[in-house]
Amino acid sequence: MKDERVLLAHGSGGLMSQRLIDEVFKKAWSNEILDNMLDGAVMEVPSGRMAMSTDSFVITPLFFPGGDIGKLAICGTVNDLVACGARPLYLSVAFIIEEGLAMDQLRSIVKSMAETAEEAGIKLITGDTKVVEKGSADRVFINTTGIGFIPEGIDFRPGRIEPGDKIIVTGQVGDHGLAILSQREGLSFTTPALSDCAPLYQLGEIVNKYGNSIKCMRDPTRGGLATVLNEIAGQAQIGVRVQEADIPVSLVVRGACDMLGMDPLYMANEGKMVIFAAADAAEGILADLQSLPQTADAAVIGEATSEPEGMVLITTELGARRILGMLEGEHVPRIC
Amino acid sequence: MCLAVPGKIIAVKERQIATVDVNGNQTEISIRLTPEAKQGEYVLIHAGFAIEIVDEDAARETMRYLLEIMQYEDEKQ
Amino acid sequence: MKYKLSLLQAIQDETRNISLMEVCGTHTMAIARSGIRELLPSNIKLLSGPGCPVCVTSQGDIDGVLELVRKQDIILITFGDMMRVPGTGSSLEEERSRGADIRIGYSPRDALRAAQENPGKEVVFLGIGFETTTPAIGAAIEEAREDGIPNFSVFSLHKIVPPALEALFADAEIKIDGLICPGHVGAVIGLGPFEKLASQYGKPCVITGFETLDILEGIFMLLQQIQKAEARGENQYKRIVRDQGNPVAMGLINQVFETVPARWRGLGVIPASGLKLRPEYARFDARRKFDIPEMEEIPIKGCACGAVLTGKIIPTECALFGRSCTPLQPVGPCMVSHEGSCAAYYRYMPLERKK
Repeated sequence: MKDERVLLAHGSGGLMSQRLIDEVFKKAWSNEILDNMLDGAVMEVPSGRMAMSTDSFVITPLFFPGGDIGKLAICGTVNDLVACGARPLYLSVAFIIEEGLAMDQLRSIVKSMAETAEEAGIKLITGDTKVVEKGSADRVFINTTGIGFIPEGIDFRPGRIEPGDKIIVTGQVGDHGLAILSQREGLSFTTPALSDCAPLYQLGEIVNKYGNSIKCMRDPTRGGLATVLNEIAGQAQIGVRVQEADIPVSLVVRGACDMLGMDPLYMANEGKMVIFAAADAAEGILADLQSLPQTADAAVIGEATSEPEGMVLITTELGARRILGMLEGEHVPRIC
Repeated sequence: MCLAVPGKIIAVKERQIATVDVNGNQTEISIRLTPEAKQGEYVLIHAGFAIEIVDEDAARETMRYLLEIMQYEDEKQ
Repeated sequence: MKYKLSLLQAIQDETRNISLMEVCGTHTMAIARSGIRELLPSNIKLLSGPGCPVCVTSQGDIDGVLELVRKQDIILITFGDMMRVPGTGSSLEEERSRGADIRIGYSPRDALRAAQENPGKEVVFLGIGFETTTPAIGAAIEEAREDGIPNFSVFSLHKIVPPALEALFADAEIKIDGLICPGHVGAVIGLGPFEKLASQYGKPCVITGFETLDILEGIFMLLQQIQKAEARGENQYKRIVRDQGNPVAMGLINQVFETVPARWRGLGVIPASGLKLRPEYARFDARRKFDIPEMEEIPIKGCACGAVLTGKIIPTECALFGRSCTPLQPVGPCMVSHEGSCAAYYRYMPLERKK
């Protein structure tokens, strides 16, 4: 097999572009909307409320234990839609490729996007590719924009959270951040941790069953669990109280964080959701989550309180309370 | 600047390099500062070096000693 | 857990006014994280001393490093802790955004590897830290000498702890009843230096580990000594610290480095408290190799890091704390360093701050 690369000409709009689109993208993603190859996607949508979300993906390395940038680009947007209470429907995809990217790598990214989209039940219906000169981008950047249909009556937002609502996290936190970190240049360690990168479409069942007993959902990606809790506390103007001992963190993640001087609560996740739910529904939601493979390690980690507004307090193992703040700056390994 | 973590030596290689395991994570460290460290032992790792061998028996020693003091004080009261 | 709570109870039973100081940033962090401070009765004060190597590094030394990365086309490898420390008008993070090749490493061995992988480039490791860290840096330098790695050098900002503790105890303004001594420095230097301090200044010194349980034990042992009017060097952290320390590690420090006077933020110049590479290792000394002069010390306006580092004030008593100086926009190093007293206070403060 020859060493085929993406060339600037692949982005020229001419024959080369055509071939790239036909042989790489269309082949992998084929569906009745995409195959029309119009200037934009034309599709039927259900009447009612829709959710729309966009995200750009830049990650080093492109391939990591448990996933790759393609899978991530689908999961990220799908999970944002799920967090809005929406059933993911359609996705647009835009690639910015640095010339010289190995064609095999591009193919496997595209394939993994197709597989993840299929798993999540979302269709890739329109796309764009640009190729930029060497040095103008780092191998490949992907943007995805998704739309989803919100079932009748569903209204998830921080403003609906009330004191007493329970906070559920759908599994162990920190694995994605650790898996990525272990691949970074300069940090030579290996870890059995895999990225948790997954499209959380299964949460749709929980949304259908419990409806507005769920008040708000958000996926703790960059900045981790601590950051999401702070964002929600601020937007909802409520207090958040969590128990350190109840937050699920694997021994592997804990050990690596101790070694690197990092905190699992600030490590990124790509397949987890934080759910604020009415107290009377929380037990049922937890039991149902625990019965689903994607969310078997779900746990109730705390609750919303009336005060102090906008703040997250964590109760330590000794029973003391302290503030769990936002991430400041970069979360980097340290020896202090 | 003194974060350090215990890890178990799973193999000692050439030039005083050892593979250590920290809760399933593995990394290579230098045991130059603890040349007597052996496979199976726990060492305290700081900045890629083992700085001391962990002695778990000694840990219990402190606890036994303090429990005695506390017990003694309780009896006093 | 029961043992832990009974220790806590025993500590809470203390009724005298007692000030204990911890002189290790990792203790500052561990105490803040576990919430121990909040659970102590108000008559027991925990002060944070000059225990974070990032925080005690003088402005002039940081400016020296910035000068190096601006003027020389090198790869600088540093522990993550140093990235955001503000020098005069810049920081390593800012210099990186302007194109300097600055990388975060976990070990000086990462720098050795980088030197071997980039034979055409000079690789400088920013050596910072106390006796816990210095042996690792010394070992890396020795390894570079053995292997004849010509493009590796160390910018040494290393310091040693006992002279700073002496300066602290000798300062009449600083009132401390006992010292929670740094466990991992202790692992290297042993009990001896702390025994000496305890008897010389009549203050109990207990080498303490970093788990919540260790710290509770350490505090309890200090209270016991204070109660009996004793002043001994004692070792709580027996699973790690041997009485004689680690002679191999000490040997490497002495083989590669020699003591020089060093400027500590908050404490001023302390004789024989800094470590410079010995003349035999001069070619691994980045300061000599790139001819970086000692920079003038430009104090930061309004910053009370000095008083914080010596326990004269607690972070919240600084006029800048939480106003113009926050972890996001740090003015002084105690707010930058993850284990700086100000950052730890800001991050882990109990509710009082917001009230």
